[in-house]
Amino acid sequence: MNPFKSSSNAQKTKDRIVACVLAALTYVILACTLFIFFDIAKKGLPVLMPVFSEKGGEIFNSDFLTRMPETLVDYTDENGDKQSMASTDFIEFTKANPDAVIENKKTNAYSGGGIAGPLVGTALLVIVCMVVALIVGVAAAVYLNEYAKQGRFVGMIRLAIMNLAGVPSIVFGLFGFAFFCLFPLLPVFTDAPNIEKSLWAIPLFGGFLSFEGWGNSLIAGGLTLAVMVLPVIIAACEESLKAIPKGFREASLALGATKWQCIRTAVLPYATPGILTASVLGVTRVAGETAPIMFTAAVALKGKLPWEEASGNGIFWLSDLLTDSVQAMPYHIYTVAARIPRTDATSAMQDGSVFVFLLMVMSFASVSIYLRIHFRKKLKW
Amino acid sequence: MVTTSSQPTDAAEIASASAANNPNPIAKEDSMIEVDDVSFSYDMGKTNVLKNISFNIPAGKVTALIGPSGCGKSTLLRCLNRMNDLVDTSKVTTGQIRIMGQDINASDVDPIELRKQVGMVFQKYNPFPKSIYDNVAYGLRIQGIKNKSKLNEAVEKSLQRAALWSEVKDRLNSSALGLSGGQQQRLCIARTIAVNPRIVLMDEPCSALDPIATARIEELIAELQEEFTIVIVTHNMQQATRVSDRTAFFYLGELIEYNDTATIFANPSVRHTEDYVSGRFG
Ligand SMILES: Nc1ncnc2c1ncn2[C@@H]1O[C@H](COP(=O)(O)OP(=O)(O)O)[C@@H](O)[C@H]1O
Ligand SMILES: [Mg+2]
Repeated sequence: MNPFKSSSNAQKTKDRIVACVLAALTYVILACTLFIFFDIAKKGLPVLMPVFSEKGGEIFNSDFLTRMPETLVDYTDENGDKQSMASTDFIEFTKANPDAVIENKKTNAYSGGGIAGPLVGTALLVIVCMVVALIVGVAAAVYLNEYAKQGRFVGMIRLAIMNLAGVPSIVFGLFGFAFFCLFPLLPVFTDAPNIEKSLWAIPLFGGFLSFEGWGNSLIAGGLTLAVMVLPVIIAACEESLKAIPKGFREASLALGATKWQCIRTAVLPYATPGILTASVLGVTRVAGETAPIMFTAAVALKGKLPWEEASGNGIFWLSDLLTDSVQAMPYHIYTVAARIPRTDATSAMQDGSVFVFLLMVMSFASVSIYLRIHFRKKLKW
Repeated sequence: MVTTSSQPTDAAEIASASAANNPNPIAKEDSMIEVDDVSFSYDMGKTNVLKNISFNIPAGKVTALIGPSGCGKSTLLRCLNRMNDLVDTSKVTTGQIRIMGQDINASDVDPIELRKQVGMVFQKYNPFPKSIYDNVAYGLRIQGIKNKSKLNEAVEKSLQRAALWSEVKDRLNSSALGLSGGQQQRLCIARTIAVNPRIVLMDEPCSALDPIATARIEELIAELQEEFTIVIVTHNMQQATRVSDRTAFFYLGELIEYNDTATIFANPSVRHTEDYVSGRFG
C-alpha cells in the first residue's frame, strides 16, 4: 500500500487546468510580442538594408540614417514602372534628364530622404532631459532619504511624487507648454530680441538677454520630459540609496566624516549602478514619448540638423540651439503614419522609421540590462 | 546587603542593592570617560533604554561591558561617540558623559571632531568595497590628507599595528572584500586606528568570527591597549576575562555591578552578576 498515494483526483485535475491556463496566457503574450516584432522587422529591415527586399539592392542604405526627411516624389516612367525619390534628387534628375518621361507625378510630404533629423532631435531631447532629471532627481532622493526627518511631511512628499508618476503624459505636455514655452520670464541670449514677445531685453556680451519665453524648443521639450521622468528617477534613486548597507554609513561617520562626506564617499558611489540602470530605463521611456513634446519641442520638418542651424557664437550659439525646435522620432512616426496616406511609395519611410526606432529603444533597454548584470557581479557586499 | 538568598527580580532592586557597593572606584584623574547619571531614550524620553548609569572608564585599559541581549550595551557604547545622533528621536534624558573632562553633549562639541578621537569597530565587519589601501586611508583622506607618502606611511603603520601588514602587504590594491572575515575585522580595526583616536569602542567585534580569528583579535586588543583606551562589548564571558581589566555588568538598562574583571568573575558582590557570569541565566 502506497502511503503517499494521491487522495483526490479532482484536486489534481484542477491543479493541472490552472497551470495550463497560466501557461497559455503567458505564451499568448509572447506570441503577440514576437508577431509585432517580426512584422516590423520584415517590413522595416529592407528599407535599412535593401539586400533583403524583393528587388534586392545595396547592403546598407546609409542615406536613410544620414539624410533629413523631405518631400517624396513618385511618378511613372517611360516603361510604365513606378519610380520614387526625394524631391532634391528629383530636381537634379530632371535637370540632368530634361527629356525624361514623367507621368502621374505625385508629391508626398515628409516621406522622402532619411531620418537623421528625428534621430538627432530625439538624442538631444534625451540628453537635455536626463542631465536635468538626474541632477534634480538624485538631489531630491538624497535629501528625502538622507537629510529629511522621516515624518508625515516627507511621507506626503513621497506620496505626491508617486502620484505624479501616474499622471498621463499629455498633461505633462500641456504643463510644459504653459510653463516652458509661454512663460515670458524665461531668458534667451540673442542678437535680435523678438520685439513682440520680449518682456525686456538686457544688453549683454554684445547681444541681448531677452526675456521672451522659450517657445517650441529643445530645452522646453527636454525639461518637460525631465519633469515627466523625475518621479521614476527619484523612486529608483531612493531604492538604490536604501539598498546601501547601514554599515557603510556608520563606518564612514564613525571615522569622523561629515554627513556630506559620508554620502559622497560611502553612499553615492555604491548607489551609482542602481541609479544608472534606472536612468537608462528612464531614457527608454522618454525617448518614446510623443505627447509631452508635441506642443513643446517637436516639428515635422526641418531643413538642417540643429547644430548646423544654430547661429551666433559661444553662448549665443548654445542659446540658439536650445531654444530652436527639433524633430523627434516619435513625432516623426506619428506624422508619417497618421497624416500621410500609405502607398507603395510612402510605406518605406513609415516602416523604416518604426524599425529603426524599435532598434533604438531596444538597445537602450539592453544597455540597462547589461549594466545591471555587470554591476551586480562587480559590486557585491 | 546582598546577603539574602532570595533572588531579586527587578533590575531597580538589584541596582539599588549594589549602589552603595563600589569597592574599587577609579580616581577621577585616571578616568578617560566619566559616565555620570546617564539616562538615554530612543523615543524622545518616553521610555529610557539606559537608566541613571554612572561609572568611570580608566585610561589605557580595556573595559568590558557585559549583560544579556537588549540590556543597552550597544546603546551606551554608541552614546560615547554620539552615533546615536543618527536616530532622530534619540535623546540623553539625564546626566552627562564627559570624555577627557569635556561634556560631549555640550552645544559647542562637534560630533565630527569627537568621532575622530573616539573610534568605533562594529559587530559585523564592514569594510568598504574598495581596496585594502583605500579602506585604511579613508579616515585620513576625509580629513583632507592627500600627501601620498604620508598616506603610505600611515597605512603601513596602521596595518602593522592591527597585525595585518604581513598578510596583505603584497595586495594592498586588491579589494578588501577578498579577505577572510577575521582579516576584514582587523582591517576595520586598522581603519579605525589610522586616524589616531584616543579611545576605541568595539561592539562585539568577534561575534561573527570563528575561534581562531577571535583569538587573533583578542591578542590584538591586548597589544592596542598600550596606546588606546578600549571599551569592548562582549557576549562571551571568557573573552571578557581574557581581554579586559575592568568589567561592567548591565541588566535591563541599569548598571548592576562594575569592578575589576577578576573580582566580577571570581567574587561578584551582587547575586545577579554571579548568576549571569556563571551562565545560570542570560
Ligand atoms: N535604533 C534604535 N531605535 C529604537 N530602539 C532601539 C534602537 N537600538 C536599540 N534599541 C532598543 O534599545 C534596547 C537596547 O538595545 P541595545 O543597546 O542594542 O542592546 P544590547 O547591545 O545590549 O543587546 C533594546 O530594547 C532595543 O530594542
Ligand atoms: Mg548590541
